[in-house]
Amino acid sequence: MQLQIRLRREKKVNRSMPVDIAIFVLLAAAGAFMAVPFVFMISTALKPLDEMFLFPPTFIVRTPTLDNFYDLFLIFANSWVPLSRYIFNTFFVAFLGTAGHVILASMAAYPLAKMNIPGKNFLFGLVVLSLMFASQVTSIPTYLTMTWIGLLNTYWSLIFPAFATSLGLFLMKQFMEQIPDSLLEAAKIDGASEYRIFWKIVMPIVRPAWLTLIIFSFKGLWGTGSGSQGASYIYSEQLKTMDYAFSQILSGGFVRSGPMAAAALIMMIVPVAIFIFTQSNVIQTMSTSGMKD
Amino acid sequence: MPNPVELNTSLPEPGRVVPSPVPRRQPGKYAELWKTMKQQKQGYVLLAPYFILFFIFTAFPVVMAFALSFTYYNVLESPKWVGWENYATLFLKDEIFLVALKNTLLFALITGPISYIACFMLAWLINELSPKIRALVTLLFYAPSISGNVYLIWQVAFSGDSFGYVNAFLMKWGFILEPIQWLQDPKYMLVIIMIVQLWLSLGTAFLAFIAGLQSMDRTLIEAGAIDGVKNRWQELWYITLPSMRPQLLFGAVMQISSSFAVAEVATSMVGFPSPQYAAHTIVTHLNDYGTIRFEMGYACAIATILFVIMLGSNMIIQRLLRKVGE
Repeated sequence: MQLQIRLRREKKVNRSMPVDIAIFVLLAAAGAFMAVPFVFMISTALKPLDEMFLFPPTFIVRTPTLDNFYDLFLIFANSWVPLSRYIFNTFFVAFLGTAGHVILASMAAYPLAKMNIPGKNFLFGLVVLSLMFASQVTSIPTYLTMTWIGLLNTYWSLIFPAFATSLGLFLMKQFMEQIPDSLLEAAKIDGASEYRIFWKIVMPIVRPAWLTLIIFSFKGLWGTGSGSQGASYIYSEQLKTMDYAFSQILSGGFVRSGPMAAAALIMMIVPVAIFIFTQSNVIQTMSTSGMKD
Repeated sequence: MPNPVELNTSLPEPGRVVPSPVPRRQPGKYAELWKTMKQQKQGYVLLAPYFILFFIFTAFPVVMAFALSFTYYNVLESPKWVGWENYATLFLKDEIFLVALKNTLLFALITGPISYIACFMLAWLINELSPKIRALVTLLFYAPSISGNVYLIWQVAFSGDSFGYVNAFLMKWGFILEPIQWLQDPKYMLVIIMIVQLWLSLGTAFLAFIAGLQSMDRTLIEAGAIDGVKNRWQELWYITLPSMRPQLLFGAVMQISSSFAVAEVATSMVGFPSPQYAAHTIVTHLNDYGTIRFEMGYACAIATILFVIMLGSNMIIQRLLRKVGE
């Protein structure tokens, strides 16, 4: 008995029952605040039109139907650009942009983390500095640059800037720093070139970091369209993304909130699914994300 | 490693007459630098693709925004130098900019600290849970920031007629008799956008905090308990926070730049321009001049001010955070 109590105390240092309960209540409240909009969203997406105009409105849908999803596709059946085109655009931009970002950011992170090259502190300093302001600061000059180099109104106006996002390089470099030097030294003695070391040794080790870069980059590209800067780089309807097309539904007002909810649900599935599969790797990568004093 | 040049002079070939010991001219600092750079050529090749794009789309535009902010530029004609005029107009004549500045600072000063503390506290509380539940709760809290347009449901909830959830609820329970125009009334607009912004704010910083707490050295806490740390608040202040300092710094950077950049949520919730400019922010003002009026010089001046505000507050906060737990 004595032993058991000691064990329990050791496991939970500095913990007390009342505070544990308070924490549970606090977490439950925060969880409800976070979850309620999702419940609303699913409920709205499944509501038939007549139920939208009940008073008082039903919090949970009474007679769920898939009408809103059907309506959503009906709206696009009459649109000039078919929905399949918007879907293709979104996937093309999101996949290419994410793949390029992961490769280029890892390539650049390796010399910054593991090679002794002049100028690397300066370059990494610039990257850290660029984390400190939002991309809106550079939106106008970037727009002008795009015009000059002829990227405006092409897929590349969304893809190229995504390649060089600074958060990805930052996280990748921090993660690579924990690779033991001895491992790389051994390969160097065997005569491997830096390229070979990077590709054959470093890249497989930093797999958790790739997955993290994938979720961050994908989330950004997937949502390009409605309010973000990306919207102003592309003006041809047939090059626009799903997110943009769906956000147009909103202009229909309250009656359209059913299809809007359906669209939002469809759009959130992919990023959330990616996060579910990568969560443990993301957490592992983020543990090295800290900034040093 | 010894310098190869020195090696040559100090070890003459045997049997040869040693030349007078006039010291050989050391290669200059720059020559040496050039040599290491050439040796590490492969490193630069790896760096190049990323950094070329980084300079084109991030570094160069900052410099360009600064330069263009001193010009009048409407895209059709070449930029015309006007000196400080844009800045003078912004602060002295442009009343709407001052409203935008006030709103942005309000947003940042309220949602910034609240979201930062919420990110940390929630991560800290979650850390007490068992791994499976922890993963589930993390997903729930992080989901809003990756689910794109789901925040638009708040618009339905705060809809101005009696079918909006909030109005219906308040009317049913007799708090109000007539529906409130939540999203048209300047009194409520800012608060509602702040709530939505907070809902969206458990992002990268939150993940970094969770990760930091999980990878913390547990023995530190046990050692602290022996050294007289009595409750979890002391543990938080004396052990957890100091060992989390790198993540705290990183999280601050993430939260600060996003809390000053409020625009998208405001525009899609209350429209643009918002009634009486009650939800007008620096970024919406910037977009107004940059993408609608095409006054690029003026827009760049706004961007430069935004840059200075973001960088400045980051520097100040970094300095403060370094004092945590000291």
